Amino acid sequence: MTAEEILNTLKARFGDAVVESKLDVPQPWISLNPARMKEVAEVLHDDPSTQFDTLMCLSGIDYNNGKLGVVYHLFSMVHRHKIVLKAICTKEEPHVQSVTSVWATANWHEREAFDMYGIVFDEHPDLRRILMPYDWEGHPLRKDYKVPEYYNGMKVPY
Amino acid sequence: MIETKTLPTQYVSRPGALSTSSGKTLRTDEMIINMGPQHPSTHGVLRLEIVVDGEIIVDVIPHIGYLHRCFEKHAEHMTNYQQVIPYCDRLDYCAAINEEHSYVLAVERLLKIEVPERVEYIRVIMAELQRIASHLIAVGTFGIDAGAFTPFLYAFHDRELILDLFEMTCGARLLYNYFWIGGLSHDIPPQFIEKTKAFCKYFPARIKEFNDLLTYNEIFVKRTANVGVLPKDVALNYACSGPMLRGSGVNWDLRRDDPYSVYHKLEWEPQLGKGEMGTVGDVWDRHIVRMREMEVSVRIIEQALSALPEGNVQAAIPKRIRPDAGEIYARTETPRGELGFYVVSDGSGTPFRVKGRAPAFVNLSALPAISRGAMIADLVLIAGSVDIVLGQVDR
Repeated sequence: MTAEEILNTLKARFGDAVVESKLDVPQPWISLNPARMKEVAEVLHDDPSTQFDTLMCLSGIDYNNGKLGVVYHLFSMVHRHKIVLKAICTKEEPHVQSVTSVWATANWHEREAFDMYGIVFDEHPDLRRILMPYDWEGHPLRKDYKVPEYYNGMKVPY
Repeated sequence: MIETKTLPTQYVSRPGALSTSSGKTLRTDEMIINMGPQHPSTHGVLRLEIVVDGEIIVDVIPHIGYLHRCFEKHAEHMTNYQQVIPYCDRLDYCAAINEEHSYVLAVERLLKIEVPERVEYIRVIMAELQRIASHLIAVGTFGIDAGAFTPFLYAFHDRELILDLFEMTCGARLLYNYFWIGGLSHDIPPQFIEKTKAFCKYFPARIKEFNDLLTYNEIFVKRTANVGVLPKDVALNYACSGPMLRGSGVNWDLRRDDPYSVYHKLEWEPQLGKGEMGTVGDVWDRHIVRMREMEVSVRIIEQALSALPEGNVQAAIPKRIRPDAGEIYARTETPRGELGFYVVSDGSGTPFRVKGRAPAFVNLSALPAISRGAMIADLVLIAGSVDIVLGQVDR
């Protein structure tokens, strides 16, 4: 399926869950309502015409305008087609629905996005920090992150 | 269609279920064992929290991040795109060339530049040499995990020959900074072709010797066959890649299925696990896939050497690297699997965001799923067969 067909399918099925889309770029993307990611993912995964069985990559991103995003790169081994999904939320309410129940690989990727950007994945089975120590404060990859002067009472030379 | 929603539970813990001949039950209890981060067989600083019931593994909880070097934060704070390449080297220090390849491919696609054919051929030769070197470390240390020390020395002897070829080309033996955006840092030296051809002639016999020593050794087969089985649907659901995925019998190789460089012009076949010694997707299958991939790499190198065109390897290097605002996800087949870089440009000279999709990170996340129900002594082998490099897991 082409990106346009996938977009039309999603629009027909979910209507207002589709927020924005851009198809005239090398890797077309569709932006979706972050609170409805799971149902969209389930359909994309299960529907015989799309069958996105692989989540290649899941990245967090800070757009530096008060918004955070999660970017999903999907691929279907059966149909050999790709699509990029985006779920964009605000820094004040960084909530995105987890897709771990659809693709198990999302588990660690989502933990990483939580660790680095503070995006909370609702319904995630085990949302802990993954790369940073469990008692770390702040989310290092946010653009407004300041390196802390002290870590557990120790001065961090910088 | 493959049902990927439910994962098989290989072992169901039932404390108190063990009964004696007199009819009374022995009370068994679960115990938590810590393995790592300083443990010789975790291949780096990986810590595993293991829940065991007797000798059977109930659950494994990996704790990672001990080697976190803020790669992504560094990438955003460089003064240009080129400066990120040495940091990519340090992601997977066993296969630095392949890491560079993925990153330069992403930036070149963002810039929409074509590189000369000679560059592509040299890149393929280097990437395949690096693949052999990396697989040699993987199978060599895997032998140590199984208790066989001698094959490790064989593997490191041959790896040394490849490192000499790299040293001859760019001066570095481990972290090369050899692939540049649009080209290479140096052309290959005059003796390189002859020496590489000699290596290709010498190496297949060594693979056979290595197989005789380790792969088909009866003790080794008994330790690895039917252990740590990763079924096809689980592998896909966890997005495993590389030898881990092919070991489970999935015919998938990015070099063929999402072609880049000049792989589509060369003749070769992906190698799959067939369950020759046990079940498809067991530890032995992942090992044999690596052994056979080395043979395939030799064939690719030979073809690329004979087809190597003339040209200037620095002809397409841009004076100023400033891609238009946009984003790209480019992936290549590294020895550990699919390495992807998601690069976002805001139109300035530095990347706005670089995310490394590390294959070792993703493959390791499947470790709990394949370890449940196994014996604790086999965990070292299962973890070894995933072939993790902690530099890449922790980034």
